[in-house]
Amino acid sequence: MEYFIQQLINGLTLGSIYGLVAIGYTMVYGIIGMINFAHGDIFMLGGFAALIIFLILTSFFAGIPVALLLLVMLIVGMLMTGLWNWTIERVAYRPLRGSFRLAPLITAIGMSIVLSNFIQVTQGPRNKPIPQLVSDVYHLGAITISLKQIIIVILTAVLLFAFWYIVNKTPLGRAQRATEQDRKMAALLGVDVDRTISITFVMGAALAAVAGCMYLMYYGVASFNDGFIPGVKAFTAAVLGGIGSLPGAVLGGLLIGLIESLWSAYFTIAYKDVATFAILAFVLIFKPTGILGRPEVEKV
Amino acid sequence: MTNSSETGTPGLMAKAVREGIFAGVIAFGMFLLYVGIETYQNIDNRLVWRTRWGLLAIFVIVAAVARFLTVGFIKPHLDRRKLAKAKSGILEISEEKGFLRTHFLKIALIALLLYPPVSVMLFGPQGSLKYVDNFGIQILIYVMLAWGLNIVVGLAGLLDLGYVAFYAVGAYSYALLAQHLGLSFWLLLPLAGILAACWGVILGFPVLRLRGDYLAIVTLAFGEIIRLVLINWTDVTRGTFGISGIPKASVFGIWSFDVGSANYFPKAFGLATSSAWYKIFLFYVILALCLLTAYVTIRLRRMPIGRAWEALREDEIACRSLGINTVTTKLTAFAIGAMFGGFAGSFFATRQGFVSPESFVFLESAVILAIVVLGGMGSLTGIAIAAVLMVGGTELLREMEFLKLVFGPDFTPELYRMLLFGLAMIVVMLFKPRGFVGSREPTAFLKERKAVSGSFTKEGHG
Amino acid sequence: MTLQDTNTTNAMTSDTILKVEHLSMKFGGLMAINDFSFEARRGEITALIGPNGAGKTTVFNCITGFYKPTMGMITLRQGDGKEHLLERLRDFEITKLAKVARTFQNIRLFSGLTVLENLLVAQHNVLMKASGYTILGLLGLPAYRNAARAATEKAQYWLEKADLIERADDPAGDLPYGAQRRLEIARAMCTGPELLCLDEPAAGLNPRESAALNTLLHSIRDEGVSILLIEHDMSVVMEISDHVVVLEYGQKISDGTPDHVKNDPKVIAAYLGVEDDEVHEVIAEELEGGAH
Repeated sequence: MEYFIQQLINGLTLGSIYGLVAIGYTMVYGIIGMINFAHGDIFMLGGFAALIIFLILTSFFAGIPVALLLLVMLIVGMLMTGLWNWTIERVAYRPLRGSFRLAPLITAIGMSIVLSNFIQVTQGPRNKPIPQLVSDVYHLGAITISLKQIIIVILTAVLLFAFWYIVNKTPLGRAQRATEQDRKMAALLGVDVDRTISITFVMGAALAAVAGCMYLMYYGVASFNDGFIPGVKAFTAAVLGGIGSLPGAVLGGLLIGLIESLWSAYFTIAYKDVATFAILAFVLIFKPTGILGRPEVEKV
Repeated sequence: MTNSSETGTPGLMAKAVREGIFAGVIAFGMFLLYVGIETYQNIDNRLVWRTRWGLLAIFVIVAAVARFLTVGFIKPHLDRRKLAKAKSGILEISEEKGFLRTHFLKIALIALLLYPPVSVMLFGPQGSLKYVDNFGIQILIYVMLAWGLNIVVGLAGLLDLGYVAFYAVGAYSYALLAQHLGLSFWLLLPLAGILAACWGVILGFPVLRLRGDYLAIVTLAFGEIIRLVLINWTDVTRGTFGISGIPKASVFGIWSFDVGSANYFPKAFGLATSSAWYKIFLFYVILALCLLTAYVTIRLRRMPIGRAWEALREDEIACRSLGINTVTTKLTAFAIGAMFGGFAGSFFATRQGFVSPESFVFLESAVILAIVVLGGMGSLTGIAIAAVLMVGGTELLREMEFLKLVFGPDFTPELYRMLLFGLAMIVVMLFKPRGFVGSREPTAFLKERKAVSGSFTKEGHG
Repeated sequence: MTLQDTNTTNAMTSDTILKVEHLSMKFGGLMAINDFSFEARRGEITALIGPNGAGKTTVFNCITGFYKPTMGMITLRQGDGKEHLLERLRDFEITKLAKVARTFQNIRLFSGLTVLENLLVAQHNVLMKASGYTILGLLGLPAYRNAARAATEKAQYWLEKADLIERADDPAGDLPYGAQRRLEIARAMCTGPELLCLDEPAAGLNPRESAALNTLLHSIRDEGVSILLIEHDMSVVMEISDHVVVLEYGQKISDGTPDHVKNDPKVIAAYLGVEDDEVHEVIAEELEGGAH
């Protein structure tokens, strides 16, 4: 039983990271109906920004408080990825909006290749380990919870709430939802569609940066090809939860995280990714709208 | 456009400077951490950093100047050209084709047939290896894969991101069956194709209901599942170590390419012992396979099944209203596309003599799909051109030793191969969203065959 | 073998081609079609009319298999006496086996294929058989070549009927709106149907195109193909149809000849949109008018 709860906690932590990345996928897909293939690599860029900031800060201010360090890592990472995603949208996706549907998908795949190879070229192909940032551990009987797990889960909850609030209660969110429903109509009614889409990309990227930073803190290592597999899993999470839905993305992320850690714990660790992908296929085949998604009616 | 753009007045220049500076600022922000700072491990294996301000400055200046030139000169120029074209009222379609264009296919075919002997003559048997193997065979494998995927994506409009799975099935089928049963390449080639086609149906069946991006993601998942199984099912596939010592293909069982054997091909013809002859033989094998793919595709397009694929891409509901069984239509597209992937896979296995899951990553699927889309969906010629440019272009980078003189001795051009490939994908899509050949050849006509402009064709729902 | 039998489904009179009985269709909690029954006779043009949102297209989608009805039975009787229960067939089988073809309210052409190719796709099943399910055709046997030639001739025949022969080699997406409508009908005819279902064929046509459409529909009927059509344009309905069924809020309110329906007070009320209690007044007026 303790083992099960332990795995549950590990799964929730991992799932929170997936959920944060999944929100970016779900928001972009919701608003322009495009799988932003490069989003996983934006997550990787976020991790690298945090890594570099960590190195700079610790070399200048040896005794810097961990909380401050984390905060700066988060903020710089969010700014960095926000800027990158803004530029990417502006340069590679916007010119193709309204054209051939496959074109932005291909540029997104191209962008994903460019980003991971860019980091490989500029920062080297080797894994980048950093020392443990947060090492506090609490014991509850046989169960151990680390402080970093608590940070990750709480941060996810706070961010989910904040973003849910923005999308549902602010004028910006209203513009986003209007653009999502009918881009032309929204433009006619005075919504600056281009700006709204740009902001959506920046918001998604900021969350991916948080996830990247948490991933770095949790595993203590960054690598240029960290984007693809977590990216695909986060997309799986977004689909599982129902694409277009923010709580769905986090719910999907948590489920994927749980499945992964429970599968590794009780079956064979080798096939954990197979399990994730198989679940993705099953969900899409039997319930393509996901858990919290809106049903789609075939129009004849 | 007003007069101001034609003379490049201060207004335009001011705008160009403003945009250039803006781009520079953005580039500074973007590259500050990733280019300006280098992280590396020192002798204690600890991660440390150092600055690269010079490199950062180059990045910023390049971005600013490029933006300045684009806004200030290139864009007004393009606008003027477009305007002049619109004014003169001449449509872009030129009726008369040059000699090269009308006879393009024949010339290309002859060039391909002569390619290996010419390389041998110019560079000798050993020297021709690079040209025949690295360029010729490598490009033709991608041509074949892209033509195979073209049936699924270009004709039937089903977006498949896991095509590499069928390539893997073909490669492993050949590798395992040749090793365990000792069957020959020529027997296993069709068998591998059939096995891959079966997998096409097995994987195709559950995803029939899915549309568009969902289909793309599920096929991606299937591709990854097959790769992960290949990695983890170590008893059969030997996991990441891969399978080595895969037998070579023979000339229809008459001559062999194993040096020790009695009927060693070069010996039979009195040629010097060299692996080049085997590569040249393989070149013709893959060329024949490509031609087979092209022939079948062209024939199928004129058959009811091929028309049904294209109709499916245009409008699935209309297809059903005309009594077309869309399930079997989609499955045949998956199966036939997969079959060609399987052929290419078994060829790949015999060429390399070694297969491992490393060769069947998602990136390969993405590259093949990119070639199909960049070439122009459905167009065999366009796809072949795209394969030559993209694969040949990146292979060329390996050869660019002279770049070391420019960028210093520790410059390795291969590192930039995929980076440039990705950039090329983006740039081509931005300028030619419908690929190199955007128009479509009709499959039947009453009076004259007119190409259908790309603006009418659809890209499919799935 | 008396009157009783004629009421059961299996004994449709020989001139009935389509019989819809107690058709109901529910979307979630909404009853789009409620216990709707009607018959279409062979060789006639039957029109299904009704105000917007009455459920006409839903009835069509049930007949052509794009929706599965919640309840009810749809029987199609072919010329040779063979009967099909349409609600049990899949959408493509309805065209393939039961010989029912349809068009769509918002035209669905294969816009990237040429006009001729559109018509060849419609002959898919015939050609598929002739090509030995592709295998024989790949070998280039004469049987397939003959079938392909016959298919082109059939396409040509319908192109001439639809006055599209000049545009045969142009992409379908390049045609003007009226021509696209005619092409969609020609394409449906190339499937060799016994019953042709047209969803608002005259929508968006100018008077000249509308007249050309009427000619086309009459010539189709003269070939012995029965037509079921949904239409808004009353002048078209009254001019070409032999039999009119009126639907409102998913229920049948009138059924008969165009003249009968035109004067049915319930239909007038439905179209003019009078309040429920006013219907009685309208009926009373009608009765008075009739008494004169």
